Amino acid sequence: MIEFKLLGIGILSWMTFLPVLGMIVLLFMPRSAEKYIKYVAVGFTALLVVLAAVMLSVYDPSKAGVNTLSGFQFVEKLTWIDIPAYLWDGRIKIEYFLGVDGISFPMVLLTALISFIGAIVSFSIKRNEKGYYVMYLFLVTGMMGAFVALDFFLFFVFWEIMLLPMYFLIGIWGGERREYAAIKFFLYTFFGSAFILLVMIGLYFSSKDPETGLHTFNMITLMDPRTIPADSLLGALNVTWRLIAFVSLFIGFAIKVPAFPFHTWLPDAHVEAPTAISVILAGVLLKMGTYGMLRISWSIFPDGARYFMVPIAIIAAINVIYGALCAMAQKDFKKLIAYSSISHMGYVMLGMASLTTIGINGAIFQMFNHGTITAVLFTSVGVIYDRAHTRGLNDFGGLANKMPKYFAVLMVAFFASIGLPGLSAFISETFVFLGGFKNEFIRTVAIISTLGIILNAAYILWTIQRLFFGTLPEKWNELTDINPRELISTVPLLIIVIALGIFPSYMLNLMTTSVNTLVNFIWGIN
Amino acid sequence: MLEQIINSLNGFLPETALIVSMLVTIILDLIIRKKSVVVTAVGIAGLLVSMYFAYLQIGAKAILFSGMVVVDPFSVFFKMILGLSTIFVLLFTTVSKEIQDSTHKNEHVYLMIAMALGAFLMASSVNMLMMYLSLETVSLTSYVLAGYTKRVKRSSESAMKYIIYGAASSGIMIYAMSLLYGFTGTMNIYETSIFLSKVNLTGNPLIVISIIMILAGFGYKISSVPFHFWTPDVYEGAPIPVTAFLAVTSSAAGFSVLIRFITNSFLAGALVQNGNFVVIPGVNWKEIIIVLSVASMILGNFVAVWQTSVKRMLAYSSIAQGGYILLGLSVANQQGLAAMLIYLMAYLFMNLGAFYVLILIANKLDTDELIGMKGLGYKAPAVCVGMGIFMFALSGVPTTAGFVGKFYLFTALIESKLVWLAVVGLMNSVVSLFFYIKVLKYMFLMKPEDGSTQKLQFGAGAYVIMLLLAVPTMFFGIYFTPLVRIAEYSISMFGFR
Repeated sequence: MIEFKLLGIGILSWMTFLPVLGMIVLLFMPRSAEKYIKYVAVGFTALLVVLAAVMLSVYDPSKAGVNTLSGFQFVEKLTWIDIPAYLWDGRIKIEYFLGVDGISFPMVLLTALISFIGAIVSFSIKRNEKGYYVMYLFLVTGMMGAFVALDFFLFFVFWEIMLLPMYFLIGIWGGERREYAAIKFFLYTFFGSAFILLVMIGLYFSSKDPETGLHTFNMITLMDPRTIPADSLLGALNVTWRLIAFVSLFIGFAIKVPAFPFHTWLPDAHVEAPTAISVILAGVLLKMGTYGMLRISWSIFPDGARYFMVPIAIIAAINVIYGALCAMAQKDFKKLIAYSSISHMGYVMLGMASLTTIGINGAIFQMFNHGTITAVLFTSVGVIYDRAHTRGLNDFGGLANKMPKYFAVLMVAFFASIGLPGLSAFISETFVFLGGFKNEFIRTVAIISTLGIILNAAYILWTIQRLFFGTLPEKWNELTDINPRELISTVPLLIIVIALGIFPSYMLNLMTTSVNTLVNFIWGIN
Repeated sequence: MLEQIINSLNGFLPETALIVSMLVTIILDLIIRKKSVVVTAVGIAGLLVSMYFAYLQIGAKAILFSGMVVVDPFSVFFKMILGLSTIFVLLFTTVSKEIQDSTHKNEHVYLMIAMALGAFLMASSVNMLMMYLSLETVSLTSYVLAGYTKRVKRSSESAMKYIIYGAASSGIMIYAMSLLYGFTGTMNIYETSIFLSKVNLTGNPLIVISIIMILAGFGYKISSVPFHFWTPDVYEGAPIPVTAFLAVTSSAAGFSVLIRFITNSFLAGALVQNGNFVVIPGVNWKEIIIVLSVASMILGNFVAVWQTSVKRMLAYSSIAQGGYILLGLSVANQQGLAAMLIYLMAYLFMNLGAFYVLILIANKLDTDELIGMKGLGYKAPAVCVGMGIFMFALSGVPTTAGFVGKFYLFTALIESKLVWLAVVGLMNSVVSLFFYIKVLKYMFLMKPEDGSTQKLQFGAGAYVIMLLLAVPTMFFGIYFTPLVRIAEYSISMFGFR
């Protein structure tokens, strides 16, 4: 158990609540200092990146985590709510319990990175900046908290409070149909979290900590089969209830991923959200769904994961192919990227459904890669939209000569998205398919979903053609090339994409021990 | 007899303090003869004294006036809730334009104290006659209060509707009580329970019929479906502070008497085993409560979605919130009871808060229609953020007290294996989010119609009252140990083992 403290407060608390500190600073900034608001916000998110880098330097990849407390790193454990027992109502104990392992650490890195990039992208926001950045930083807290929380109740709190800023960020600073998109996003996720809440309460009352004999929200303890007595509501004997609970959790998380058929909120939310929020949404928020599955569904209900791996793989395949087909039909650049996200999140789910080390490694790596690549793609959509005030793909053509730097940036991102060898997504997609082929139950499904790669290449290449080749319409003669601020928000991510494409082991090493433990745990191998 | 009355007076201090302060405010009103904060201040002081006496009663368990009222943690809890909400409503009246501009002087102060007195008695009565009398005290004063702004047509109309509905339902209730009396030969709820445990009730429709009819009386106080028809019109017509008073104080009093009546009259001798109530066979009150609760939640939430007036929306939301609270009774165990009390505490702050912000807004805009609130978030940011907190709390988003209340209710349901009921409740909160957030949509997501960004000014006092409600709403959402401890302690009732 590695601990790391700054000023007596654990580094994960810093990571989670530094944005709240930023919020307070922003709220008390005088009117005269309003033009510095964005720099303060960027400063606070930059601190997150610095802290993430510090964590990366201390992180010990040989520790597994998952179902052993000693394997977790940067652990912080404090009592939050502790209500002594009454005869008829057991002692209620909720902990402020944070920690990371190989499953969550890549996500923590991603969150810090994308938050920073998103803050820079947000410079194009001109209206009511203070409100915007306050909400933005609040959102970062919610995301970070959800990735590092190891107490189910705490996780749920972070998971829910994330919705509030997102609603306002889409609803106030969004596009034309922003009100519709915002409420749709909120209602879908709230609906999903109702299911998560049910399972959370059910698990709590089924559990009995083998050491203390109390009910518990502690995820690590809940993974221990001894914690849930066989005859309790979600005990091993009540197979049906356990499967129902797994499905409920799956629905809750699948809405966030978003998995077919719960995906319809995503195109709306993406199209209406401001650029930076699309970046956050695709870059981090979607991963919360798949992360939740790995951390909670797969680990606490391994039986459910084994039982449902084929249906989940089928849903994943639908995501891959249906998402790609939808993307192909889009004329709106942003909507196209949104549907491509659905397709790419399908790979993640496929890797997770394979229940193999290589598949889940690929899935987590794909989560990270998709985060970095779509961040660049959405920023690029913002670049062209800020200049041309349209996203219609058919309105453009011949931009390659007009905007050469923009062309270069977008080409790298596009090829990464296709999964070209040498770029990071190639590795992760390959791993996902290797995992899928290795598991004989879902092999057919995995083979079918390879079709997605071709479709993926098709719509991306067609997009490149529509944007950059052909003749430049007269009206775009005034377009200027990508500016330095936009380069700052894209090039570092592309460097990461290329670097991880060449040296994927940097990232894979971080997670592989944990994933191995998780897979062994799911299959009951110790 | 006399001796017992004199002895009982000791345990009757909170109510006595209310009577005294009511009389004092009447006399003060006669002396001052114009609108004055002094009268309100004296009224609040009286309520504080009364709450202090109630505080001194913590831990005591006694029966007063030959088995008419009791002192027990349960009644003390409700006295605190009722006293606190009355104080808040009195504070509201000082900022409310509706009240301040009315032709009356200070009548509302002693009317509200009188109503608090009735509510205190509702919370502690253990005799059906006493229950009926205290309920009528509350009702009669609320009829007057509902029509307080008599020049406003809809206010008078609402008072009229309220009287007719109230008279009918309390008539039904007293009839059912007489039926029960004819059957058991006693008005005391403990003796009722002893009698009912001894006789064979299977196949006897009398009990079920009288429960349903008595619920008509209590159900109309908590505005539970199908006894809710007065609620939207009265809430819409009455001045907003009175609406808040009806939605919180009056309905909390309704819950107190309902819980005590149901749990004490219809449980078998041992009452509680391992935290579960022992229901007398043949008395199916659990099922009836489930029906009422589900109907209230569904009707309240689904109808609230279509409302264009915030006041009317809050009326339907109050119906739905009452349905949530009833969920706690339907599980018939101590845990459910505790969850109800936790929810009531949260409800006090968040619902009063919502009405209070509405008062502030209506003062400035002279409307409670959603359409008038377009872009208000830019003209009155602090107040609208407050509204945001209360709306999210009412819909049960974490880190607000509303979530804690819902969490405990659903916890109680799931532990009692009533998973389907928890699912119904949760799906209802998803629906409720839609209309609660609609208020915020108008405030923040839409631009002002006239395009002006003129900031609205509110006095410092207005913000202080809002903070008094908003801070507990947030604080108890993050640290809810006190709520749970209080609730667990307060479910202990006289004669309850």
